[in-house]
Amino acid sequence: MNANFAAFLYLVSGVLFIMALRGLSHPATSRKGNTYGMVGMGIAIVTTLLLAKPTFGGFLLIVLGLAIGGGAGAVIARRIAMTSMPQLVAAFHSLVGLAAVMVAAAAMYAPESFGIGTVGDIHAQALVEMSLGVAIGAITFTGSIIAFLKLDGRMSGKPILLTGRHFVNAGLAIALVVLVIMLVFTQSTTVFWLIVLLSLALGVLIIVPIGGADMPVVVSMLNSYSGWAAAGIGFTLGNLALIITGALVGSSGAILSYIMCKGMNRSFISVILGGFGGETATAAVDDGVQRTVKQGAADDAAFLMANASKVIIVPGYGMAVAQAQHALRELGDQLKAAGVDVKYAIHPVAGRMPGHMNVLLAEANVPYDEVFELEDINSEFAQADVAYVIGANDVTNPAARDDPSSPIYGMPILDVDKAKTCLFVKRSLGSGYAGIDNTLFYKDGTMMLLGDAKKVTEDIVKALHA
Amino acid sequence: MANEALEKALDALDKAVAAVQQAALNLPDTAEAAGALAHGATGGAIDPFVFRLAIFVLSIFVGYYVVWSVTPALHTPLMAVTNAISSVIVVGALLAVGISASGLATGFGFIALVLASVNIFGGFLVTQRMLAMYKKKDK
Repeated sequence: MNANFAAFLYLVSGVLFIMALRGLSHPATSRKGNTYGMVGMGIAIVTTLLLAKPTFGGFLLIVLGLAIGGGAGAVIARRIAMTSMPQLVAAFHSLVGLAAVMVAAAAMYAPESFGIGTVGDIHAQALVEMSLGVAIGAITFTGSIIAFLKLDGRMSGKPILLTGRHFVNAGLAIALVVLVIMLVFTQSTTVFWLIVLLSLALGVLIIVPIGGADMPVVVSMLNSYSGWAAAGIGFTLGNLALIITGALVGSSGAILSYIMCKGMNRSFISVILGGFGGETATAAVDDGVQRTVKQGAADDAAFLMANASKVIIVPGYGMAVAQAQHALRELGDQLKAAGVDVKYAIHPVAGRMPGHMNVLLAEANVPYDEVFELEDINSEFAQADVAYVIGANDVTNPAARDDPSSPIYGMPILDVDKAKTCLFVKRSLGSGYAGIDNTLFYKDGTMMLLGDAKKVTEDIVKALHA
Repeated sequence: MANEALEKALDALDKAVAAVQQAALNLPDTAEAAGALAHGATGGAIDPFVFRLAIFVLSIFVGYYVVWSVTPALHTPLMAVTNAISSVIVVGALLAVGISASGLATGFGFIALVLASVNIFGGFLVTQRMLAMYKKKDK
């Protein structure tokens, strides 16, 4: 195939990817958008095959690779539980990272195939682009694996703080720059693999000190990294589809990280430096005042809700852990049938990744036009009779609004305390992921429902029936 | 006052029209000169890297505006689909497997191919599965 025509087709697939993201501006157009994305990918693959003109053996190998990977991917996509979506996305990021490293390695050993020179005489510019791609790819790979292990609960969500880690990281980063320069001059594969090794280590070190509560930022950040890695390789190969996609994914992840940081009122730098979340509270409230907590049973909650005219449900990570979304929807249906106005309020950082709660509610068949973002619903709490907080904690803590000494002061919160009654479902009276005592528990209008989120919700549904 | 301003504006317009006419008359010359100038300045061609960089930078801006328009409710599908499209890195893997003579490069390419295909199929299918769940209230 003519190289110019191929470049044109890559441009087309890049544009289709842009349209895939554009479709996500509304649920109604999103499905069409996803189809555009698939078509774009198809065009990119077919174009490359026509351009490369593989031998018969090569073609068989390609079909085999696509079948193995595609089969595995399809099975995973079908079987994965919606609650495990953050882990899955982290795992997928690691694959993109490793694929970038592998493509760069292939380019290192067979530069002729990519038109970037010959072994031992690869263009300096291609080497720099490639080493950027490979370094970011390797960091994405190990970083995403650590994020996956933390999200999947196979590794403690607590931050692991090594002494002098900032110096170690800075040292590694400087060493990386030196190695890239060495690679340009020596063209040595040993230096190439050293870059890979160092970046792999850096990926682990960057993510290990970040606590569980900051995972939404980490997942978004790794999303961004995987894009930059792809763009780096795209420059090496001079491939338009790869450059456009890398830029899109890179900026998408960066914007999501920004939104998540803003949702927690934290700077990106402080998240990256790590150490937040999972530690015992430094600002533990101990002012000698006897604090009383009002506890209630499912019957009380059912009575309050059945007599309410407006109920706002606030789901959080605890709902995902308890898999309570289906029970919650049943509760919503019951109340709606009884003529109660039911709405759902979602905080930007609820859950372990951006939009996590929305997907779970959608899975439970909650219509998306009953689900609202913080800015759109926060003023409505004052008119609500009941706020039902299920598995959310820090994002409802009034201290973030009222107490300047609180570590989360300034973080935007859902004003559940302004509702007439706040029903707070919680496993125990412990503090949240940020390790901060929630002053909401001691307010007059708050009733604690202690127990598993799913169990409590099901009990309320039963009590409503009675 | 207003008249004065209007007259000034008309005057400027006249001058502009005259300039355009002049330019139009000289057009063949100017175009040739500009072309020669560009050709001379770049030695016949601009490094393709510059074009790639231009596309890269513009795509970042496109991404910026497109992603801000994504509704927060769809942020999880957004991550899944960006993940799927970033596996377009498969083109590198295909080149490595398809053309490479060296056994090692083919091997690396094959690994990359398998990993990227997991992502392509997994990413798009899981996005499709998620998006199919978003329903409007039936009235």
